[in-house]
This record gives sequence, structure tokens and C-alpha cells, in this order.
Amino acid sequence: MSMIKILDSTGKADPELEPNISKEKLVKMLEYMILVRLLDEKGMRLQRQGRISFSIPSTGQEATQIGAVAALSPEDWIFPAYREPGMAFYRGLPLEDLVNHWFINEKDPQKGRRLPGLFGSKQFRYVNPSAPIGTQIIQAAGAGYAHKYLSENLVDIVFFGDGATSSSDFHSGLNFGAVFKTPTIFFCQNNQWAISVPLSRQTGATSLVDKAQGYGLPGVQVDGNDILAVYNVVKEAVKRAKAGDGPTFIEAVTYRAGPHTSSDDPTRYRPKEELEKWKKLDPISRFEKYLRAKGYITQEGIEEIRSSFDNKLNNLISEAEKLKPPSLKTLFSDVYSELPWHLEEQFNELNALKGRNA
Amino acid sequence: MSELTMVESVCFALDEELGRNSKLVILGEDVGPNGGVFRATQGLLEKHGPKRVLDTPLSENGIIGFAIGMSLMGLTPVAEIQFVDFIYPAFDQLISEAAKFRYRSGGMFTTPMVIRSPYGGGVRGAHYHSQSPEAYFTHTPGLKVVIPSTPYETKGLLTSAMREDDPVIFLEPKRLYRAFKEEVPKGDYTIPLGEARKVRVGGDVTLLAYGAMVHVALEAANIASTNHQIECEVIDLRTLVPLDIKTIEKSVKKTGRMISITEAPKTSGFSAELSALVAERWIEYMEGPIMRVTGYDTPFPLSLEQEYLPTAQRTLETIMKVYNF
Ligand SMILES: Cc1ncc(C[n+]2csc(CCOP(=O)(O)OP(=O)(O)O)c2C)c(N)n1
Ligand SMILES: [Mg+2]
Repeated sequence: MSMIKILDSTGKADPELEPNISKEKLVKMLEYMILVRLLDEKGMRLQRQGRISFSIPSTGQEATQIGAVAALSPEDWIFPAYREPGMAFYRGLPLEDLVNHWFINEKDPQKGRRLPGLFGSKQFRYVNPSAPIGTQIIQAAGAGYAHKYLSENLVDIVFFGDGATSSSDFHSGLNFGAVFKTPTIFFCQNNQWAISVPLSRQTGATSLVDKAQGYGLPGVQVDGNDILAVYNVVKEAVKRAKAGDGPTFIEAVTYRAGPHTSSDDPTRYRPKEELEKWKKLDPISRFEKYLRAKGYITQEGIEEIRSSFDNKLNNLISEAEKLKPPSLKTLFSDVYSELPWHLEEQFNELNALKGRNA
Repeated sequence: MSELTMVESVCFALDEELGRNSKLVILGEDVGPNGGVFRATQGLLEKHGPKRVLDTPLSENGIIGFAIGMSLMGLTPVAEIQFVDFIYPAFDQLISEAAKFRYRSGGMFTTPMVIRSPYGGGVRGAHYHSQSPEAYFTHTPGLKVVIPSTPYETKGLLTSAMREDDPVIFLEPKRLYRAFKEEVPKGDYTIPLGEARKVRVGGDVTLLAYGAMVHVALEAANIASTNHQIECEVIDLRTLVPLDIKTIEKSVKKTGRMISITEAPKTSGFSAELSALVAERWIEYMEGPIMRVTGYDTPFPLSLEQEYLPTAQRTLETIMKVYNF
């Protein structure tokens, strides 16, 4: 099985495969790749400064998330793992929501309940992720069944890492998806590592894409640092799903250029040379070269994109930091659709205690 | 009107609700042409079609995870786990996913669904066809837990469960599946979750039970009355979460004595929760120790199953102990 590639490292596109995407859209794709990298830098810095508790970078994996979201329609549903935040912003999720979530303040849409970086949005059809690895894979298959049942012409795309391919929900997800021919796209971000554990400890198979065959699914391996190639394979998978031909398994070969999270130090376990090798394949610089050669963007234009996001984020951060934590009530709300007596009682107890100590 | 067994009542409730709610889908192992290994879905495939009654691959985490995805997108999945003893592979999906979606998303995403499963002993099923794991679920915020005790109750409670906005674990005491028949009306009747049922009125000792143990409690209460002139009040809790604390309060304040009868192992069982609740709140009303009659802290046995399970005899001895304290 050969890997699908369109852009070479100099940013030249294979004319046979180059997708026909408008200039506006191509520039938008670059903008959101730049945003993702900027968010990583900001998030890590804020975490190091002790201003937020946690950060999950996706540096090096910008092409998978943005290439995929660009190939979907806005009505399609996304089940992210946690390295796909750009998809939500590409669709319009306000950065304010993210920054308030980082600071787990009273305006955090998730009411300050999640580790920074684990967020979802119903409005933008970006399903709220959990933390246990792999659980979303089977859920996306079930969601696909629902779309089919309701005769909605929608697809679900679900993201997960190479480590997640060892989970039981990976197996059940691909299995159920294949059995019920759901309109689901299984998108594996093979970034070579699961924290410190290399791919060779996740599988004895030569490559992850080979797993598709065992489920009776078509599998495609794509250069995950090539945004045009990602765009094409997702488009193709969407077409299959919408035609009623069922799921596709996509293995995007990429690299986690940063640490696993703000709590991780990758120098403990992986060789420098590996990072150096992958840096040459950086997804953003490749795409920039492509767009510059087309005359769609200039170096100044790129810097402008960065600084305009940067200013916006700085303002949001200084606002978000001033806000209070969510109200005490939010500790007890949303456990159930209504507040049962025992939670009301526990709230009253805590509230009274707070009152006495105020 | 017709007399039905409990398992027929399950099927009846599913059948009627499939007719009323076009988004309801049943899924599980052998629920299709076979009608379920206990026949709880008998005839539903033929009547409602293969889009709505799904035989799935043999994978419990798959069944629950798939159901969660359906629920997120607006369907009402009713999943059958063939025996609750096999639910453990699906624990992650239940505890980390179904139970937490609403909370973790700030109320944005919800996963209403019903997980039905036969549970409990008394059918010579040994370790893997007899367990009572309700405490795992009552210990998980975000899940509701319902356990019926008669055919009539089953239809009313299951119908309510299928209309809840939260995930509901619906445990069916399999030893009662065909134990007796009862009038089960046609049509739309529901029993609200969170309301217990007073099965027997009495002023001396409160017996709290659910599922098959309601009948054990009742039997013990009748013997206590006939042989010892002790009048027990028997309460069928029906829902463990949310619990009907008011009915328990009224009863224990009146009797001043409380015993819970549950078939799960004793340590950290739901009966411990009941004891703690009553002790914390109404200890000053109590005239004897708050006691538990439970299964033992062993894996579920086979040959000695009747020794393991709470019986009227064991319950009666506990009643005498509390009464004569
Ligand atoms: C079930 C489970 N086990 C362990 C963890 C801790 N953990 C978080 S991420 C991770 C590695 C995931 O690797 P992979 O699936 O390749 O995704 P990546 O982080 O590389 O994107 C581990 C072990 C977890 N979240 N869930
Ligand atoms: Mg990985």
C-alpha cells in the first residue's frame, strides 16, 4: 500500500492529484494552521507561567486537522481526540470560548469542568471529547447509524492516535461501522508515539492501514503533513460515505513535534535526530511554499495573519484572567437533567458552609 | 387486559414504545430473530423491522458505545446486555462516557438511553449468570438505576425509563421473569422514577428491598405477623437513583427499626448506603440496630446458591433481632 502525497517538501504539487480549491479557501486553510501553532505556543507559555493548568499541543499535526475540516461540510459531525482543535475554530468557534475554557472561569462554556484543551461545541458539531483513549471511535459509528436511520445525508469523522488503535473501542468501532455500513470516517493520526511508547509497541502489523482489510473496510495511507493530500483522501471518504458505501479507514502518517502535553518531556525517550528529520517535513512551511509559489500569499501576509491572531488572543487572555470561577451551583448542575434531592442537599450544605466562612 | 409474566411485560413495554417513539432503536445480542435469550424482544423484529431491532456484533463495549453515538445524534437507544455479568467490558463507556457527557460538556451534549439487563441469582446460573452489580452504577453520578419487582411495575417503570433525559440502567430480576403473572394493562401508563412503593403496611419494622428481594421481604413479613405478631412495613424502592428518601423517612420514623434486604455482596453494597442514610438522619428515632440481610462477600456460588441468597428465614431472624433489641 503506497502513501498518498501531493506536495513535495519544496511545496510543489503533483499536477495529476492537485485538488481544485479556491484561493480564498486555501488562504483560510493556512490561516487556521497558523492559528493552531500559535495556540500551542500560547498555551504552553501560559502553562509554564502557571497561569493555566495544562496544555495539549498539536504542533506538527496542523495539516491533518485543517485538511480534514476543509474537506467536510459544516453539517458533518467531528468526534475529535484532542489534537484537532483547529477544526472547531475553522468552523467558527469563537476564540473567546477557548480562552475562557483555558482559564476555567465563569464564562467557560463547559463550566470549568475540563482540563484545558479538552473541549467540544454542539453548535459547531465538534463533539465533546473525554480523556480515556479510544472511546469516541465506537461512538462515531453509532452516530453514523443515527444519520443513516434519520436519512440525514451526513458523515461523522472520528480522530484518534496510533496508541488508540490498540484499544478495544478501536476494534469495536471499525467492526460495528463495517457491519452496519455507517457513514463514518475513521481517521488515525499516526504521530509515531503514544506518550513515550513507539508505534512498534502498538502493533505487529507492517502498517496501521493494513488493519482496515481485516474489517472489510477500504484503508488509505496518506502523508499527514501534506494538507492537500489529507484534503483529497477525506473528500473521497466523504463521497463513499454519502453514497452509502460505508466507512473508510485513513492512516495519516505524521509526527508529534512537541511534547505529549505540558506535563511531558520527550527528550527522555526519543532521539533528537528523529525530530530534526520530521522538522524538514513541517506541514505549515510546505503549504506556505505552495501558496507563495502560486502568488496567493506573501511573507508579510503570513506575518500579518500571525500578529492579528496574536493581538486578539492577548486581549482575550487579559480579559479571561480577570473573570471569576464558575458559581458554586455548577458543581452540582448537569449531573442529571434535573437536580435530584441528594444533590440539592449537598449543594445547600456546601453553600451554607461557604456562607459561614465568608 | 391480560395477565403477563415479567419478561412478557418487558416485551410489551418495548413494543408499545417502539410504536410511539419513531426514534427508538433496540440493540443487543440475539435480540433479533431469536427474540432475546429470555424472549424479552420476541416478535419485535418482525413487527418493527430490522432498522429498529438490531442484532449487533458480540461486544458489550461496542453495544454501549454505539448506543451512546446514536443517543448523541437524537435516537433513543434501548440496549440489551444479555446478562449483566457481561457488562464489565462496557464499563468504560458507561462510567466515563454515558454518565459524564452532560456534566463534562457543561450540559451541551446528553446521552439519554436505557441499558436493560437481566441480573440476580436464583436460577442456578453460577458466577457469570447471577450477579447483582447495582452498586457500581449507584456509585456513578450521572446514571439512574431502576429495578422492578413485578410485571405491572416493569411496564410502568420501563416506559418511564425510555422517556428519561438521562442514561438509565434498568436491571431485571431474572428469577422473576416467569415466576408469576399479573394484570398488565395495555396503553400508556408510567410509574415515575424516584417514587417508592409501599407493598405492606406495618408499624414495627421497616423492610427496604428491590427486585426479587421484595418478595423475600414480604414472605418474611407475613411470617413475622402470623407467628410473632410483628408488623413489618415493606417498601419496594423501585429506583435506587434517584432514591425516594421521603417514603423511607416516613416509615422509619414510624417504626424506629430498619432492615434492608439485597442479594449483592454485603461490603459496600447498596444496603450499606441505605443504612448510612437512615443512621445519619434519623438515629434518634431508632430503637434497634440498622441491619442488612445480603448476599455474602464471595463470588456468586452455584451448589450453595440458596445458602448465599437472602431468604425469608434469614430475614425473619434479623427482624426478631432488631425487634427484641
Ligand atoms: C484508556 C487510557 N489509558 C491511558 C491513558 C493515558 N494516556 C493519555 S494519551 C496517551 C497516549 C495516546 O497515544 P495516541 O493514541 O497515539 O495519541 P497521541 O497522544 O499520540 O495523539 C496515554 C497513554 C488514557 N488517557 N486513557
Ligand atoms: Mg500517537
